[in-house]
Amino acid sequence: MKKIVLPIALVLVLFVMAVHLFHRPPMPNLTQLQLQQTYSVKPIASVDHTRFEELQKEFATPQEVTEACIACHNERHKEVMASNHWNWERISYVEGRGIERMGKQNVLNNFCIGTNSNQQSCARCHIGFGMSNNRFDFENARNVDCMVCHDHSEEYIKGASTAGYPDRSVNLSRVAQSVGRPGNINCGACHFYGGGGNNVKHGDLEDALLTADRSVDVHMAANGINMTCVDCHTAENHQMKGTLYSVSSTHVNRLSCEECHTTTPHNDRMLDVHTGRIACQTCHIPTFAKENPTKIAWRWSEAGQLKDGQPFSEVDSMGREIYLSIKGSFEWATHVEPEYYWFNGHATHYILGDKVDSIPLQVNRLLGSARDRESKIIPVKVHRGDQIYDPNTEMLIQPKLWSEAKGDSAFWQDLDWHAAAAAGMQEAGLPYSGEYSFIPTEMYWPVNHMVAPKGESLTCAECHTREGGRLAGLNDFYLPGRDKHAGIHVLGRLLLLGALLGVLVHALLRFVSALRNNKMKSENIQ
Amino acid sequence: MAQLVYVYKQFERFWHWSQAVLILFLALTGFEVHGSIYLFGFEKAVIYHRYAAWLLLGLIVFSIFWHITTGEWRQYWPQLSKLQAQLRYYTYGMFKGEPHPTHKTLRNKLNPLQALTYLGFKLLMAPLLVSTGLLYMFHRSIDANDMVLISEIPLEWVAWLHTLGAYLLLMFVIIHVYMTTTGATPLANIEAMLTGYEELEEDKSE
Repeated sequence: MKKIVLPIALVLVLFVMAVHLFHRPPMPNLTQLQLQQTYSVKPIASVDHTRFEELQKEFATPQEVTEACIACHNERHKEVMASNHWNWERISYVEGRGIERMGKQNVLNNFCIGTNSNQQSCARCHIGFGMSNNRFDFENARNVDCMVCHDHSEEYIKGASTAGYPDRSVNLSRVAQSVGRPGNINCGACHFYGGGGNNVKHGDLEDALLTADRSVDVHMAANGINMTCVDCHTAENHQMKGTLYSVSSTHVNRLSCEECHTTTPHNDRMLDVHTGRIACQTCHIPTFAKENPTKIAWRWSEAGQLKDGQPFSEVDSMGREIYLSIKGSFEWATHVEPEYYWFNGHATHYILGDKVDSIPLQVNRLLGSARDRESKIIPVKVHRGDQIYDPNTEMLIQPKLWSEAKGDSAFWQDLDWHAAAAAGMQEAGLPYSGEYSFIPTEMYWPVNHMVAPKGESLTCAECHTREGGRLAGLNDFYLPGRDKHAGIHVLGRLLLLGALLGVLVHALLRFVSALRNNKMKSENIQ
Repeated sequence: MAQLVYVYKQFERFWHWSQAVLILFLALTGFEVHGSIYLFGFEKAVIYHRYAAWLLLGLIVFSIFWHITTGEWRQYWPQLSKLQAQLRYYTYGMFKGEPHPTHKTLRNKLNPLQALTYLGFKLLMAPLLVSTGLLYMFHRSIDANDMVLISEIPLEWVAWLHTLGAYLLLMFVIIHVYMTTTGATPLANIEAMLTGYEELEEDKSE
């Protein structure tokens, strides 16, 4: 009896253990349910601006609207004027540089290069009026453009090259009476169309987000939770949360998924332990530019060609602009798989006047490595191209691109690199040797938006695979399933082969000796 | 006089065969996680490997308990004085048709070479695999705020040692399976491990 009881008890215990291990009751993700509830209730405006007498009048200039705003919101302009949106730069401590004022004023990008000498056009995306050159008065509150962010009438639009002033067609009175919490198109007016068109720069921010379904973006989907930009990019005193490392350089005021979703959002320990070193975006944004194409390459070196003596443009079979005499050649892509890099929240930038220290030059570098505990793997849109460069001073050149008319040294008018380089560098207060060439340049854009439904996120084997995985290029750490130590397999195979051989030889010897012994036995009997 | 003796108790046989199944399953899933073979897909292989590992750990705990309480652990104490004779038998004597130099008895189920090998299994190979396996399992580079960190030990080393252990264990399996054929008849030892009964020479000391 005893003989039976113990094994049965043992089997039962093991069975219970197995059940406990294998069975997973479906658990509600409480955090997510709570979030869904929170963001289901949309904010309602607390005042109706149409009923304010101060706004029921004709405004001759946009500055008059700003004055009307300040008349009631009499401290808000100070907050705005302390913001990056206004100053186009922020002061930060950058490793290896010290305290640095950095932003659109002095950092170059891989698209239209830089704002210097081109403000009249670039200021279309400045929240101010009249930034026509680098002598803009950042202390003048009248020039704060409240409407561009707060307009709800969808009437407000900045002029094409009017230094940030609204287009003449705008009915300022209607706009002033419509204001409220920024909507997606307020942010998108600049952040979707940067670089000269929809989705050109980011790849993950584009006007498809205005009417997205869940497969494009689970957060902003009209048929989903229908969140707006500012639901995540909240603002305290007009300081928006979130940084993008095209211009930002420090791990300050950064916005992360974890703030809502926590670091353990999966109800699965195996997945949760990934969050320490892998950003949520890495698995949950398998591709970007899901609806409309984004530019992945821009070669300025090919700009300036003429056809029959005239500038021209070319489109590909998809209708995408691939050549423009004033800008050079472009490459576009949709459903782009990001590249992956370690990133610790800090970046360095090429600042106008720096010596070029590598070719290709990274106009911004994302810092981090596997060894750095603060680093996580993030998805990145890498934009590659080339830019004009002075081989004697070893500086990138800030060319003057925009001007109202020909004969003002602007490249987009005269197609003369020499004149554009001289004028641009002079405006920036930097030397130009009179000689120019082009060098390859790269720009790194962390991908944060267009989060896919969970069924479309990366699966394990897309990284944990011997060859061709998503992380094939990231080789400074050991990744199970991808990496192997060459030595261990040689050693292991030798061990197995040795064992097999030994066993075979031994068996053979036994067989042979058995035959011989039998023979001897039979001989003895005879 | 040879007689049928109940050599392997019920638990012993259960332990032996469940351990064998688990080890082979762990080898399959383990080498899949390692990227050497494809069977279940990486995700499932990882999960199965962990479940099997926990089951094996449970089994190991039971078997340690069993060995201590029954005193069977003494079986693994090798009689070094007879080791040479045993080695000579396997490399020379058995080809000449000489008899086994040691006698299998209830108190002495293992010959000196077996005892030494199993002792090595239990004191070196299993601890190597278990310790590196646990390090692998709990090797977290997670937020300092969240979980235990063992990331100071590079995963590459842990994986290297764990793989080495796996190869050693496979080597053991090959030789072990082969050695079962060296009994009275080629299948006698396996039969004994299945039924528990084996024909043994009478134990003079009892």
